[in-house]
Amino acid sequence: MEDLFGIPAPLLFGQVLLGLINGAFYAMLSLGLAVIFGLLNIVNMAHGALFMMGAFVAWLLLDKLGLGYWWALLLSPFIVGAFGVLLEKLFISRLYKLDHLYGLLLTFGLALVIEGVFRNEFGSSGLPYRIPPELSGSWDLDFMFLPIYRAWVVIFALVACLATWLVIEKTRLGAYLRAATENAPLVQAFGVNVPRMVTLTYGAGVALAALGGVLAAPIYSVNPQMGSNLIIVVFAVVVIGGMGSILGAVLTGFGLGIVEGMTKVFYPEASATVIFVIMVIVLLARPAGLFGRA
Amino acid sequence: MTIDRRTLLKAVGAAPAAALPWSGARAQGAANTIKIGVLTDMSGTYRDIAGPTSAACVRQAVQDFGSRGGLTIEVVSADHQNKPDVGSNVARQWFDRDGVDMIVDVPTSSVGLAVAGVAREKNKAYVNSTSATADLTGSACSPNTVHWTYDTWMLAKSTGGAMVKAGGDTWFFVTADYAFGHALERDTANFVRAAGGKVNGQVRTPFPGTSDFSSFLVQAQASRAKVIGLANAGVDTINSIKQAAEFGLTRRGVKLAALLMFINDVHGLGLQAAQGLVCTETFYWDLNDRTRAFTNKVRGSLNGNMPAMSHAGCYAGTLHYLKAVADMGVAAAKASGAEAVARMKAMPTDDDCFGQGSIRPDGRKIHPAYLFEVKKPEESKGPWDYYKLLQTTAAEEAFRPVAEGGCALVRS
Repeated sequence: MEDLFGIPAPLLFGQVLLGLINGAFYAMLSLGLAVIFGLLNIVNMAHGALFMMGAFVAWLLLDKLGLGYWWALLLSPFIVGAFGVLLEKLFISRLYKLDHLYGLLLTFGLALVIEGVFRNEFGSSGLPYRIPPELSGSWDLDFMFLPIYRAWVVIFALVACLATWLVIEKTRLGAYLRAATENAPLVQAFGVNVPRMVTLTYGAGVALAALGGVLAAPIYSVNPQMGSNLIIVVFAVVVIGGMGSILGAVLTGFGLGIVEGMTKVFYPEASATVIFVIMVIVLLARPAGLFGRA
Repeated sequence: MTIDRRTLLKAVGAAPAAALPWSGARAQGAANTIKIGVLTDMSGTYRDIAGPTSAACVRQAVQDFGSRGGLTIEVVSADHQNKPDVGSNVARQWFDRDGVDMIVDVPTSSVGLAVAGVAREKNKAYVNSTSATADLTGSACSPNTVHWTYDTWMLAKSTGGAMVKAGGDTWFFVTADYAFGHALERDTANFVRAAGGKVNGQVRTPFPGTSDFSSFLVQAQASRAKVIGLANAGVDTINSIKQAAEFGLTRRGVKLAALLMFINDVHGLGLQAAQGLVCTETFYWDLNDRTRAFTNKVRGSLNGNMPAMSHAGCYAGTLHYLKAVADMGVAAAKASGAEAVARMKAMPTDDDCFGQGSIRPDGRKIHPAYLFEVKKPEESKGPWDYYKLLQTTAAEEAFRPVAEGGCALVRS
């Protein structure tokens, strides 16, 4: 067996792959954050809580209605997205004219409330959610065992990221959205209902988070903290990628997943910190982030 | 309109500090009032194995104690967020300002050790039920501490010993990177080596905040060890077990040793995923008539949760403390926590959860340890019917001998 940096090569390949899988979650979440920030200028601290809600809705659909994984993949983003629309209408829309910090505080408060409600209702040990039978099992790749479900997560996340990017960059709707962020009154003067568009954009960003939650449910314990464990890392990803940059969020998400995976082999104790170290370095060298415009 | 990056980062950094839940009355303790503080994890990983259920069990103990000795008893509770600095700050405020006489529960070994220091400094009583580290009655033992329910040495001997006996002679540890994980890994590794086994390696995982263990599990598998020792707890254990199954480790004959697992973790995993695992607890609700009676009594106030050994320890420890206070008089108990603990050690214990037992001079409460196997889904008769008893270790054998702990209180 060949060694690379003192680690058997197969083990290293395995870790790159695992990093890519975690990166898929980072990418999906930071994508939603980037869309919301780019178009609404809201730092959505509730994103982790909404990711968690996505997973819980999947569990509730199965437990209460007997609807399995595939239904959850379809319904949960809609349900949680609708909840997001409600949040935007009731609370967030009132803050667009104020300083960013108000949006940050409000969404952070909302996250605490949502997590608190779920914690009270369901406790903290989490709930079991099984991998759908169609995707259970694993492939033997020689250098490691790859669960089919994890491969599915990577592919699905890539498709979702690509689709979002295409909608925003290549369609008329996307053009309206981008125009509205530059100059909302002007776009409104052309007869586009900007407030509704902004509301739906928030809903869509939230739906992406919920989709991530459904994907995560069979892998992680479905518990109220699952979002808060992830959200701070995802914010770092967005900052490193460049605030509001969609391509940046996706590429940085996957890239940092790999960096984190490597750290877990060479110095596991630092695996929770390495992303923040990178963030510091990037901010010193490129204050607008890797893909951001200063 | 653009946000200032620095402002964002500052706000994100400051956010967790803003989440300081708080509860507790502020009145100073009156002369015949005993005030008990339940210091626990209300919002994190260990909420279900401690948290509100611990507080409910302490209240149950107060209720069962009744009005013996003319005591008025108050119970307060607070969230330590699994952070030693938060935990010792709350303890200080409780002792200095709020007139708390005894602190109970305290999950998370790093916090448990920090609070032991504060209790000793302020000469108050400290009944720890939920921290695991055996150092509480070893190198960090104190005349003010009783360690009630379990510890890393006991878990290592019961679960680890059984695994080695069953042929698991090469180990790899996945260890939570703080006091508890280190102690559990150390104690288990000692048993493995003493039994002629070998430790192939270990990996330290950041705590809290690790939810993906696949990378560590693949490393464990690459070490070719027969047993992967999970020196972690709560959601970390659940995630490790789930992901080990996902990556086919268990199907390829690798055995998982859940060195610390509570019935609430089994509930979170589901029997399908947890079946066949072995774990050690010192209390199980369905063990005998007394444990069932206790569970029936307390169940209604638990919001659907089930008492684990940690909760039972909060109940039994509080009850025994109150008996000692009634025996020595409120004034004396309030004046010196060390005296109250000394009286607890002098009196034999008896309660519904652990039966009859005693507290050793080093502060270790002793009772039997039970090795359980998690039932298959078809063996379980209903919710929470999860354990089959495999083996019982007698109280005298279950815990580390006094002489080996290095506790300064018992050195001759």
